[in-house]
Amino acid sequence: MVDRVPILRIGDALLVSIQLDLQDQIAVQLQEDLAQKIVDTGARGVVIDISALEIVDSFIGRMLSSIAGIAKILDAETVVVGMRPAVAITLVELGLYLNDVRTVLTVERAFAVIAERSEGAALLSKLDDQGHDEVGPDDVST
Amino acid sequence: MADDEVGRARKVLATHQEQLLPVWIDMAASRLRGRMTRQELEAELRTLYTALASDATGPDANTLDEVRSIVGELSRSRARQGFSPRETAAAITSLRDSAVPLVRQGTVSVDDLMCVSKFVDDLALLTFETYVTARERVIADQSEQLLELSTPVVKLWEGVVAVPLVGTLDSARTQVVMENLLQTLVDTGSEHAIIDITGVAAVDTQVAQHLLKTVVAARLMGAQCIVSGIRPQIAQTIVALGIEFGDIITKATLADALILCLRNSGFEVTRRLPRAN
Amino acid sequence: MTDATIDVEASERLEIKADADVVKVRQATRNLATKAALSLVEQTKVVTAASELARNTLVHGGGGTARIDLVRSNQRGGVRATFTDHGPGIPDVNLALTEGYTTGTGLGLGLSGSRRLVDEFDLRTEVGGGTEVTILKWGR
Repeated sequence: MVDRVPILRIGDALLVSIQLDLQDQIAVQLQEDLAQKIVDTGARGVVIDISALEIVDSFIGRMLSSIAGIAKILDAETVVVGMRPAVAITLVELGLYLNDVRTVLTVERAFAVIAERSEGAALLSKLDDQGHDEVGPDDVST
Repeated sequence: MADDEVGRARKVLATHQEQLLPVWIDMAASRLRGRMTRQELEAELRTLYTALASDATGPDANTLDEVRSIVGELSRSRARQGFSPRETAAAITSLRDSAVPLVRQGTVSVDDLMCVSKFVDDLALLTFETYVTARERVIADQSEQLLELSTPVVKLWEGVVAVPLVGTLDSARTQVVMENLLQTLVDTGSEHAIIDITGVAAVDTQVAQHLLKTVVAARLMGAQCIVSGIRPQIAQTIVALGIEFGDIITKATLADALILCLRNSGFEVTRRLPRAN
Repeated sequence: MTDATIDVEASERLEIKADADVVKVRQATRNLATKAALSLVEQTKVVTAASELARNTLVHGGGGTARIDLVRSNQRGGVRATFTDHGPGIPDVNLALTEGYTTGTGLGLGLSGSRRLVDEFDLRTEVGGGTEVTILKWGR
C-alpha cells in the first residue's frame, strides 16, 4: 500500500503538509486525493506547506502547478507556503518560476488569502441573489 | 636544472663549507634589523647549509625534496617574523655572493660558481612561491570573515527588511547577500525586502544577474523585493548591458521604496503635526 | 571534464529501476555533498540536478544506473554523479538542451536545467545506444 500524504480540513480550506522526500507515485496519489477531497468538502482553498522540502525539482514543480490547476477548476484557490531560500534560489537557476502557483511566506497569510477569497465569493453570491443596488456597505464584513 | 649540475653545486658547497658558511651568515645577518637574533640565524642557516651540502649519493644525504621542504619552512617562518619576500630571497641568494671571493682566489672555478648560482636561484624562487601561497591563504580567510561582517540585513518596519549594500559588489559577495536576505525573510516572516544599492559604485552583468535572481527568488517564496538607490550611471550600465529588469520594481531612493512597502502592507503615512515655518 | 587530477574518495552505485530509487539517488547525493563540504545552496542545486537526471534515466531511458562520487581536487571537495542507461538515446541533443524545451514530459527542463545547476556537465548519447550524463559540482 502506497504511503499517502495526509490532508487536513481547516474551516473552508484543506491543508497539506509535505513532510517526506516524496516519491513520484505518492505525489500523483496526492493530486488525486486532493481533487476528491475538494469536491467532497466544497473547500474554497488548498494550502500546501512545503517548508519541510529540501528539494523541489521539476516533477514537484509540475505537481504543484497541476494541483493549482485542478483546484481552480473546482473553484478553489491553491496557496503554497514555506519555500526554503535554497529551494527558491535553485528554482530560479533551474528556470522553474511556478507562475501559475500562488506562493506566500507564512501560513497566516495563506489562510488570509483564502478567507479574502471566501468573502469575495460570499459577496458575489449576495449580489446574485439580491440584485446590485440592494447591497450596501454593511454586507462587507471586516 | 640538470641532476649533475645540482650534484656539482652541492659538492662545491660541501667542499668549501668552512669558508662559505661563516661568510654567508655574516651577509645574511646584516639584514636582520632585529627581527631575529644572530643565534637564531646561525642555527637556521647552518641547518639549511648542511642539507644543501650533504653528499647527494651518500646514505645520509638529504634529498632535493627534503631540501625544498626546509627552504619552504624557512620562508614561512620568515614571513611570520615580518620579513618581506625580497629579504627572504636575498638571504638565500647571498650564499652565491659568499662564493665569489673563492672564485677570485681561484679556489672555485667559474663553472662551479655557475652551478651553485643556478641552484641558489632555484631555491630563492621557491621562497617566493611559498610566501605567495601563504599570503593567499591569509587573504582568503580574511575575505570570508569580511564577507560575513559586511552584509547585515536591517529591519525597517514590521514586515519590511532592507539590505544596504556598500562598496564593490563581486559575485561571491552578492551571493552571500542574497542567501542572507532570503533567510531573514523566512526567519522574520517579512514579506517585503529592499535592496539598496546607493552605496554601490558599479554593477557588472554578473552582479545585476544575481540581484535579479534574488528578486525572483524572493517572489517565489512569497515576498516582494524592491531594488532602490539606482544611480543614473548604474541605470545606464544596466541598459547598455542589455539586462532585462522586466517587472522588477525599482525605486530611486530607499525612502520611496519604504513608502511603497508600507502602503503594500496596509499602512499610510500621515503628518500629525503641522510643518514648522 | 577537466584534466586536473581528481581523486575519488568515496563512491556509491545505485540501480535506477523504480520511483523509490530516484529518492535514493537524492539521498546518496545529499550525503556525499555534505561530506564534500558543499554549502547548503550548492547541495540543494546538485541534489536537484541529480533528481532530474535520475528521473530522466528512469522515465526516458527505461531504467539504468547512477554512480555518485565524492571527489577532491586541489583541496576542493566536490560531488560527481554519472547516470547511465541503455535506452533509446537522444536524437537531437541541441534541441534537448535548449532552454525550456520539453517533449511534454519534462525531458528538456531536466537536462538544460541540470546543466545550469552544476559546474561541469557531460552528455554522451547515441540513438539506439543509450545515454550517459555526468555532472560535477564543486564546493567553494
